Amino acid sequence: MKRLVILGAGTAGTMLANRLASMPEMDDWRITVVDATREHYYQPGFLLLPFGVYSKDDVVRPKRYYLPAGAELIFAEVDHIRPDQKSVVLMDGRNVAYDVLVIATGSHIHPEETPGLMEHEWHKSIHTFYDFEGAVALAKALRQFKEGRLVLNVAEMPIKCPVAPLEFVFLADWYFTHRGLRDRIEIVYATPLPGAFTKPKATEMLGNMLAERGIQVVPEFNVMEVDPDARILRSYDEQEIEYDVLVSIPVHMGAEAIARSEMGDELNFVPTDRHTLLAKHYDDIFVLGDATDLPASKAGSVAHFEVDAFMENFRRYLDGLELLPLFDGHSNCFIETGYGKGVLIDFNYDVEPLPGMFPLPGIGPMPLLTESRVNHWGKLLFHWMYWNVLLKGRELPIPAQMSMAGKRL
Amino acid sequence: MTTKTLAELNVALDAEGFLVNPDDWTPEIAEALAREEGIDLTDRHWEVINFVRKYYEEHGEPPTLRAITKRSGVPTKELYQLFPKGPAKKVARIAGLGKPKGCI
Repeated sequence: MKRLVILGAGTAGTMLANRLASMPEMDDWRITVVDATREHYYQPGFLLLPFGVYSKDDVVRPKRYYLPAGAELIFAEVDHIRPDQKSVVLMDGRNVAYDVLVIATGSHIHPEETPGLMEHEWHKSIHTFYDFEGAVALAKALRQFKEGRLVLNVAEMPIKCPVAPLEFVFLADWYFTHRGLRDRIEIVYATPLPGAFTKPKATEMLGNMLAERGIQVVPEFNVMEVDPDARILRSYDEQEIEYDVLVSIPVHMGAEAIARSEMGDELNFVPTDRHTLLAKHYDDIFVLGDATDLPASKAGSVAHFEVDAFMENFRRYLDGLELLPLFDGHSNCFIETGYGKGVLIDFNYDVEPLPGMFPLPGIGPMPLLTESRVNHWGKLLFHWMYWNVLLKGRELPIPAQMSMAGKRL
Repeated sequence: MTTKTLAELNVALDAEGFLVNPDDWTPEIAEALAREEGIDLTDRHWEVINFVRKYYEEHGEPPTLRAITKRSGVPTKELYQLFPKGPAKKVARIAGLGKPKGCI
């Protein structure tokens, strides 16, 4: 029996395991999933936890429930990969042999990379919503915050879900307005990017929305250190930003097992072919989800479109055919903007987010790059779809490749 | 793509001021691009520029700031002093390469 091993049972790894398990060609393959932890987090929910929108049960569920019954599940930490021996060495000394390996080990925050961040003020006046504990601590801090300066800082790109910092400041504006405190609270968004977002049309539209809501943007701010006692953020070029509450999106890195395997770049992301998703220099290792170094968003929608592209190519792989350049960098994000509204953007490697209608050209129902109530409901519905449709590997009526139909240039 | 030219040397630049064709690059072009940025190139600048060009030859793309810091041995803080406001992007431009990724 041949062996396919998936490292990581997060969004990408779980979707993939389910899709492979229902594939007839895989009947004579054994599928193994390796992961160190037992809880699956609905990460988009971390954005809403601080504002009291979700509870713990909405965002945390056992990984086991979402993985296919036929797959072998190993809960253990990976020490390193031995591509020359086609095997994975676990921390407990076990070896897992593979014929095909899929790396889906994701990305994780590293607040310790920024001096001052994760010291005595961590979870007190310095917060993050990029993990569960952080989001819960921040919910408490926001409830108690009555007056002063709330600063959101992105430490370094890339981060998971590059629109999340924008959503956070939009939701903070809505949250404090709703509580009658907005005129006593300043909201500042400090980012290493040259503007609100990375692509021109969306940056312009979102930049205008930030200005309308009185949210101050500090672009090209590359944080060097935080002074937790003076409550100051300091950049490499010696700009300073004062805060009362700091919400940090810390440096992101790939898994340490990737570094131990000497297979990653400076941030432990695995060099990956942009279109076939094969790890560069290997013909039996694929990389999916946040673990790649692709110039695409680190987001669940990207992982989903990558799994679609992988599945089509993997049939060819099994037949010994050449892989096709099927992945186009497709990304699709809901941006919560508060007040019961949202914006939807759809883009890929080459085409920036454009206005239009989605998914049906001219009909929608969701308008692109425009604020609407439908998009907000889309985002809430997505929570249900994530647990019940996406993770289980059921098909969505959205093609893997981005479509220009319905978009206006 | 809109293009302009670097006046004194007649080299095509893209809308963001990067060389359209990296093969056009010469040290004189680097000097001229640096002057546009208000930078006088010293030996320490050249150390970084040469590192970035070598990295590009090996990897096919310009390095991110973290890659420069980690592999060239020039600390981040100094990079900001040498190439103020976005060193990775500035060095890439002066070294005649495209815009570094990491902006998604």
